[in-house]
Amino acid sequence: MNPLPLIAVAGSPNAGKSALFNALTGARQKVGNYPGVTVERHSGRLMLADGRPVELVDLPGAYSLEPSSPDEAVTRDVLLGQQKGERQPDALLIVVDASNLDNHLRFALQLIELGLPTIVALNMVDLAKRDGLELDPARLEQELGVPVIETVAVRRRGIAELNTALDDMLSNPRCGVHQHVKDDLLNLQRRARDIAAAAVVSETPVRRWTHRLDSVLLHPVAGPIILAALMFVMFQAVFAWSEVPKAWIGDAMAWLASQASAALPAGPLRSLVVDGAIAGVGAVITFLPQILILFFFILLLEGTGYMVRAAFLMDKLMHRTGLSGRAFIPLLSSFACAVPGIMATRTIDDPKDRLTTILVAPLMTCSARLPVYTLIIAAFIPNTNVGLGIGLQGLVMFGLYVCGIAGALLAALALRRGVLKGGGGGFMMELPKYQWPLLKDVLIGLLTRIEIFLKRAGTIILGTTIVLWALASFPQAGPGQKQSDVSIAGHIADGIHTVVAPIGFNKDISLALLPAMAAREVAVAAIGTVYSLDATSDEGQQSLEQRLAGRWPLPTALAFLAWFVFAPQCISTIAVTRRETNGWKWPLFMIAYLFVLAYVAAGLTYWTAVALGL
Amino acid sequence: MTAAIPSPVSLSLDRLAIGTKALVAGIDWAMLDAGDAARLRNFGFDEGVAVEPLHLGPFGRDPIAIRVGRMTVAIRRKHAGAIHVTPLT
Repeated sequence: MNPLPLIAVAGSPNAGKSALFNALTGARQKVGNYPGVTVERHSGRLMLADGRPVELVDLPGAYSLEPSSPDEAVTRDVLLGQQKGERQPDALLIVVDASNLDNHLRFALQLIELGLPTIVALNMVDLAKRDGLELDPARLEQELGVPVIETVAVRRRGIAELNTALDDMLSNPRCGVHQHVKDDLLNLQRRARDIAAAAVVSETPVRRWTHRLDSVLLHPVAGPIILAALMFVMFQAVFAWSEVPKAWIGDAMAWLASQASAALPAGPLRSLVVDGAIAGVGAVITFLPQILILFFFILLLEGTGYMVRAAFLMDKLMHRTGLSGRAFIPLLSSFACAVPGIMATRTIDDPKDRLTTILVAPLMTCSARLPVYTLIIAAFIPNTNVGLGIGLQGLVMFGLYVCGIAGALLAALALRRGVLKGGGGGFMMELPKYQWPLLKDVLIGLLTRIEIFLKRAGTIILGTTIVLWALASFPQAGPGQKQSDVSIAGHIADGIHTVVAPIGFNKDISLALLPAMAAREVAVAAIGTVYSLDATSDEGQQSLEQRLAGRWPLPTALAFLAWFVFAPQCISTIAVTRRETNGWKWPLFMIAYLFVLAYVAAGLTYWTAVALGL
Repeated sequence: MTAAIPSPVSLSLDRLAIGTKALVAGIDWAMLDAGDAARLRNFGFDEGVAVEPLHLGPFGRDPIAIRVGRMTVAIRRKHAGAIHVTPLT
């Protein structure tokens, strides 16, 4: 079977390329990876006006065919037919921002020179009009020598016309007026400016809205205050808004456990389902609301264009620790999860800047630590008010976040003075127009997160929980013996215990550390499983918090928290680091330095707490 | 004091006051490494292009947000120092 005709969607960053791609392909999308590089390949199917299907591929945004990042290199290679795992496109759809023609036409001209059948989508014409820019698409078409269609991707305007034009183009392919002259960039830029000037009918000053917002949000005093306030609201919301849905999920899990207990006869199978699967996975799923709220904020900040402003505000401070403002976005994303955070470092051009950011990203308190922190705080920190309506529990949580950030900054400073000396690239980024993100785009982003999280809960977490349940259940304890003493897991934990006993960790923690290598939140699931197996009849009614509070001394609990601020316990992070750094050297370095930090931090916490008589 | 400066006045972009429109007079490419130079070109910095500094970073007045053509970009002060401009009156 012949493959479908392939149309590549290309354009400069912030041209609204992905929105147009979404409008054309709708839900029929596939996200994959280009082989050998960690650049996502977004493709989708489009039905032309006459019912013929074609494949659309959304190429990473680029300013020119001279790449300055791995993403831009993929764009160039696909367009030149040199990308592994991708056939050369049959036609091109170039997206340009109508209000930024003089810049975007340069890349468009370069692409038209390739000589493929081409259509230009003159996107966001509504915003251009709002900014007082009147354009003449017919003149533009004449100058470029290819069809030009006006579109507003987010309002689906011009989509039908675009579809017809694509149909025409594939039916009778005609090429642009390509001269096969490899113009240098500056000449292209000058031609682009001339064409843009010719296509403008009338214009008044640019982007009044964005400029007005920026004069507040980038104000030297108000700007940082607003940024800090936004961060505060975001982290407050993660806890405040999640209470109710968390309780629902908890109730649902309890109901499920009671149903399963009633339906299954007492014995290993019931124990596996109730104590292993439901107790373990349930302990983790409860945290889905918090993770979603955090991602919701991050998607919103990215979608509106504020993230780049935050990077602008933070650049100088981050530069002092040896990072760049560009690291702000990856590091902020790492509060949700280090994996997308580390992947977002691709936008950092300087290799040493990028590597430093990757190595410190796991120190940002990711959402997988929340289950651990919340459990320990609820069990050991009294829910008292320290004044001004600030709760002690919230304060401790905030302190843990601060520890992570401080650790990251110090680690960055040390890395830049030591193994990653030199370099020190620039900070150059476009500040795009502010826009209100489409609810649909935010929801698509959130759904992807739910899917990833539930897949993890259903595979890694369920798998390790079941293995741990088996190791913790056999051999069975005789009368008068404690299950966690006689089981296989108990013996493994004894080995780990000798290493971690000096920093105050007990055997239960030793038992939880090993499976928590898969993912931090498994520690909670593991402790849940162990205590549920060990439970005496009168403990059976207690919550996990109550059981912990009765069994762990306070210094141990605090040391356990300190450990999780630093410990690199996440297989996904290690895997993505290996992929992004093309080898095992840096992930191994990361594991080593983080474990050392975790051990020292937990030790210092424990010894200090004991000395203070806590 | 301004009367003493010969016309046309040329100064580096990092010394241009916020809100002052200017034309790029020339760029000292030798002051920039290859990657930074390519990125500046990609943003459209070139002789004769209209620029205007819009905002300064809150710490150490760095980086600088600059309108170039119809785009706004943020660059560090040291890179702005390589761009020479003639203020428009």
